[in-house]
Amino acid sequence: MLVWSKRGRAGAWLVFGILAGVVYGLPAAVILCASLARSWNGVLPSGLTLGHYAQAVSGSSGAALEASLITGVVASALAVLNGTAAALALRRMEGMPRRVLDAVFFLPSAMPSVSIGLGLLVAFSRPPILLNGTIAIVFAAHFVLISAFTFGAITAGLARLSPDYEQVAASLGARPIYRLRRVTLPLVLPYLIAAFSLSFALSMGELGATVMVYPPGWVTMPVQIFGLSDRGDVFHAAALTILLAASTLAALASVSLVPARSAAR
Amino acid sequence: MGESASGSASGSALALARPANLPAPSASLAPSSLGIVPPLAVLGIFFFYPFVLILGQSFFSSHGTLSLAQYAEVLGTGLFRNALFHTITITLSATAGCLALGLSLSIVIAFVPFPGARIVSRMIDTFIALPTFLVALAFTFIYGTAGLLNGAAMSAFSLSLPPIDFLYSQWGVILAEVTVYTPFVMRPLLASFSLIDQAEIEIASSLGARPFRILRQVIVPAALPALMAGGSLCLLLTTNEFGIVLFIGAKGVQTLPLLIYDKAIQEFDYSSACVLAAINIALSLGFYALYRSTLAWLGKRGAGLV
Repeated sequence: MLVWSKRGRAGAWLVFGILAGVVYGLPAAVILCASLARSWNGVLPSGLTLGHYAQAVSGSSGAALEASLITGVVASALAVLNGTAAALALRRMEGMPRRVLDAVFFLPSAMPSVSIGLGLLVAFSRPPILLNGTIAIVFAAHFVLISAFTFGAITAGLARLSPDYEQVAASLGARPIYRLRRVTLPLVLPYLIAAFSLSFALSMGELGATVMVYPPGWVTMPVQIFGLSDRGDVFHAAALTILLAASTLAALASVSLVPARSAAR
Repeated sequence: MGESASGSASGSALALARPANLPAPSASLAPSSLGIVPPLAVLGIFFFYPFVLILGQSFFSSHGTLSLAQYAEVLGTGLFRNALFHTITITLSATAGCLALGLSLSIVIAFVPFPGARIVSRMIDTFIALPTFLVALAFTFIYGTAGLLNGAAMSAFSLSLPPIDFLYSQWGVILAEVTVYTPFVMRPLLASFSLIDQAEIEIASSLGARPFRILRQVIVPAALPALMAGGSLCLLLTTNEFGIVLFIGAKGVQTLPLLIYDKAIQEFDYSSACVLAAINIALSLGFYALYRSTLAWLGKRGAGLV
């Protein structure tokens, strides 16, 4: 306790409450209210409606919801696959090569998302690989952007893993592939699920690279929300934003459930 | 670069290989470090190849000759100078704001805890994963021309024009970025505060030190490394922020990422976009190097942060 006087403490809490309320509480409340409001002309919104949510799950917004979910699942699955392969291989290395490769796999997180989108656009609009105008280029953009975070989450999980189990398995004569499948992967599964959820959450909110590369017909939720709010259709945008935030939070909440289960096992 | 690194790595693994029935050190559990090749190849195709092409396009003219002419041309435009000015102003102001707000909120959470403070600190990780433009959209409802503050002010003082218009200047962008990126400062700060012995503070205050003196002499010095880590991360993220600037759409407030988007998508001017992207990437890598070296320095001091 830093502040002992009752008055001082109340003062500190008041300042905290006002700051946190204005900076964080107000924006969240406002979007939630707008998504449910019939109209908003004065200080407070008027009329309660679920119509914006009905709009948000049908038509072009419904398609955006689907595109985002598919993109999130595909890109996260690819990132977990690639990140697991990289993290497992890097665990065997030491010294300089490991440090350099570690940095290499973390590098995408240092890149501006718009520039990653531009790079993909430049690279895959020409032979030998033509992806521009396809859905695959959106998957690629999301994969690159989340790959460093996925890799980081898996590396952190592997680092917590005691090598004892694998060494026992090895000393009992288990072959590497068998050991990987029956010992290592089951042990790191909670971390893989956590990495997947984090990747999915990040992919759902990705905007900078997506606006650079998305083909017509594959509009993700953030792009759709921008389009709606740009056209002034802000209530519809607010409802779609709430759905986006809810799916992100649901993905993250699943993370907090996983370690508890694995600890109980 | 990738090939030589993985080559030498597989060499070291071969040297370490030993029969499976011996108690093996962890370094020899894998069949071989060649396993790094496929993921590295994937990253090479989708990340390094596009990156090299951006650099290539920025240095080669349309006739295929190496020149700096494109840089000279882009750097000379008012559009670029305007974008660079706004990027730097927004980056520095937003980072300063994040440090101030993050430090204040973290001090209360850690040292003047209230019921529910733990829940708040756990919510920070969730905030970090939410899309950044969410805040920009909320701000248009609150501070926008037709937003609730302007609505209230106009009806209260019977004005005909909305009196609050800071949202459509760079201040709107800065305020939104402070909101979004403050949690990135609070995370390492709260971690470093949890390492401070609370008894140290209680002894100091029982000896008569006032809260501000304890803040100045105990808490802030202990928080300095975490502030540096969080601050350098904020520099990196605010430089590259795109969604907030796009959503607020303030006239004349253009940053480098937004200018790249405009050049490539609105004007199909890929060569200018590549020059701008190369500059943005250089700036971004500089801040990233700062962030990583701060973390490495923290790691040496044994503070398990971030």
